[in-house]
Amino acid sequence: MSGRKRTLEAISFELVMTVIAVIALAIIIAPSLVVLIVSFTSGFSLRFPPPGYSLRWYAELWNAWQLHFAAKNSLIVAVWATSLSVVLGVAAALAISRSRTLSARLLDSLFMSPLVLPALAFGLAALMLFSLVGLPVSPLTLVIGHTVVCVPYVVRNTVAALAQLEPTLLESSAVLGASRLYTFRRIVLPLIRPGIIAGAFIAFMSSFDNVPVSLFLRDAATDMLPIRMWQDLEGKLDVTIAALSGVLIIATVALVAVMERITGLSRRLTN
Amino acid sequence: MGAAPASRDVTSYGMGLAAPLALFFLLFFVAPLLQLLWLSLHNDTAGLHWGLGQYLHFLTDPFSLGVLGSTLLLGAEVTAVCLVLGFPIAWLYQRVGPKLQTIIILIVLLPLLTSVVVRTFAWIVILGRQGIINATLQSLGVIDTPLKLLYTQFGVVIALAQVQMPLMTLPLITALGRIDPNLDDASCSLGAGSWRTFFRIVLPLSLPGVIAGCTLTYAAAITAFITQSLVGGGQMLFMPMYLYQQASTLQNWPFAAAISIIFLLAVLAVVSVFTTLGRMSRGYGGA
Repeated sequence: MSGRKRTLEAISFELVMTVIAVIALAIIIAPSLVVLIVSFTSGFSLRFPPPGYSLRWYAELWNAWQLHFAAKNSLIVAVWATSLSVVLGVAAALAISRSRTLSARLLDSLFMSPLVLPALAFGLAALMLFSLVGLPVSPLTLVIGHTVVCVPYVVRNTVAALAQLEPTLLESSAVLGASRLYTFRRIVLPLIRPGIIAGAFIAFMSSFDNVPVSLFLRDAATDMLPIRMWQDLEGKLDVTIAALSGVLIIATVALVAVMERITGLSRRLTN
Repeated sequence: MGAAPASRDVTSYGMGLAAPLALFFLLFFVAPLLQLLWLSLHNDTAGLHWGLGQYLHFLTDPFSLGVLGSTLLLGAEVTAVCLVLGFPIAWLYQRVGPKLQTIIILIVLLPLLTSVVVRTFAWIVILGRQGIINATLQSLGVIDTPLKLLYTQFGVVIALAQVQMPLMTLPLITALGRIDPNLDDASCSLGAGSWRTFFRIVLPLSLPGVIAGCTLTYAAAITAFITQSLVGGGQMLFMPMYLYQQASTLQNWPFAAAISIIFLLAVLAVVSVFTTLGRMSRGYGGA
């Protein structure tokens, strides 16, 4: 830094980059702030700025039983899909993380592929298969479908945590006479736990927010929250949805803050 | 002496632990996709007559090809916007102290974890006839009648760019963090200006991150069903909605299956082009 001359040219570069960065950060954060503000409107429309402020739409939300029902279904499916993802994903991550074999690398690509493939195509494919074998759409089919698209997050974060683990720790533990299971419980698991929690958190959020898979694998009896919201928005621009969005934004901010403390989420996603 | 079998090595675990997930994927991921492929190779809805009729239909139908083309173009536009806006964020991140770094990361991260319906809904509020942009421009007297921003290509691109921005920015931050800061200083002290240093040193060295970010952003942008349909409205049709209409509303499963396979192949083609570029750039950047 010290050798750099503060020329006009250098200043122009820094100015342009900083201005674009600040504008970009504003574009990222603005929509959430706008929704939060609009959700406190006292009027009937989504006009910005609102004519006045009130909590009426949050009160309205209290009575919106269709949204409650959909939210409950989404929560149940997300909890099951996350649990299944953690059990299957952590075991698989242990197997493939330190292996350099071709089969380990192929399995890794297979487990990651739901992240890039269009989930809507997978949703349709899963519906076709389930109807072929005579399995009707139900919470079970939803949990299976969600697990496929959520497990990559658990595998990826657990593999990353295992890669940071010092192999000498495991060797020392073995030399000192600890069994593999004991070493796993007392050394490996505590060290990779933040990675597993971070993966499980992202898996949970993406299941709770999933549309493409739920679209094909749910029915009226298993309405899911993002789809209920989407269909409400297709019909009319309801201010109740703004209040619900406000609740979801605040819940997300709170959860991210908790996760940042427990797992150091921000460092994990940039390493 | 050969390598010790994996099971003896205390630092690794047997491949058997991957078996449950592998089996799960075989049953519920690979099998459905094979079934999709099988059905797409049939000319009738019942799946009795083999043939390439569905693919011929798609590839000779100007309307279908138009939908595919506009979807791929949309992905390119969103990726370009994300790159132009995301790179300066990653650059700024390397210049500020640890406290501001955490704030920047959390700002970038937050949309990734906020419900995509909520994020899209926000853009409806911003771009609508009574939205912020129109209200501001009207009160300033710049325009008399509200601009049409919602249900336009511009609206879809800007909304998708915001929704997918974290996928571009996070790999860029990682990539820029790996560049030796001395290179930057060396280039400057040898007389190259800041702009030249950026385009000749920083940008080429960050190519692995750029390519990773572009791959993720592109794949996410072209499959973003909710944002495309809510901000694009009824007049703009992209592949995900086309697929959904054929499958759900029209119950034309073989054609929907063919659309899915063509869409999957298009995504795979784009991803493999990016991956190949990434491999080439790593050889370049790693030097």
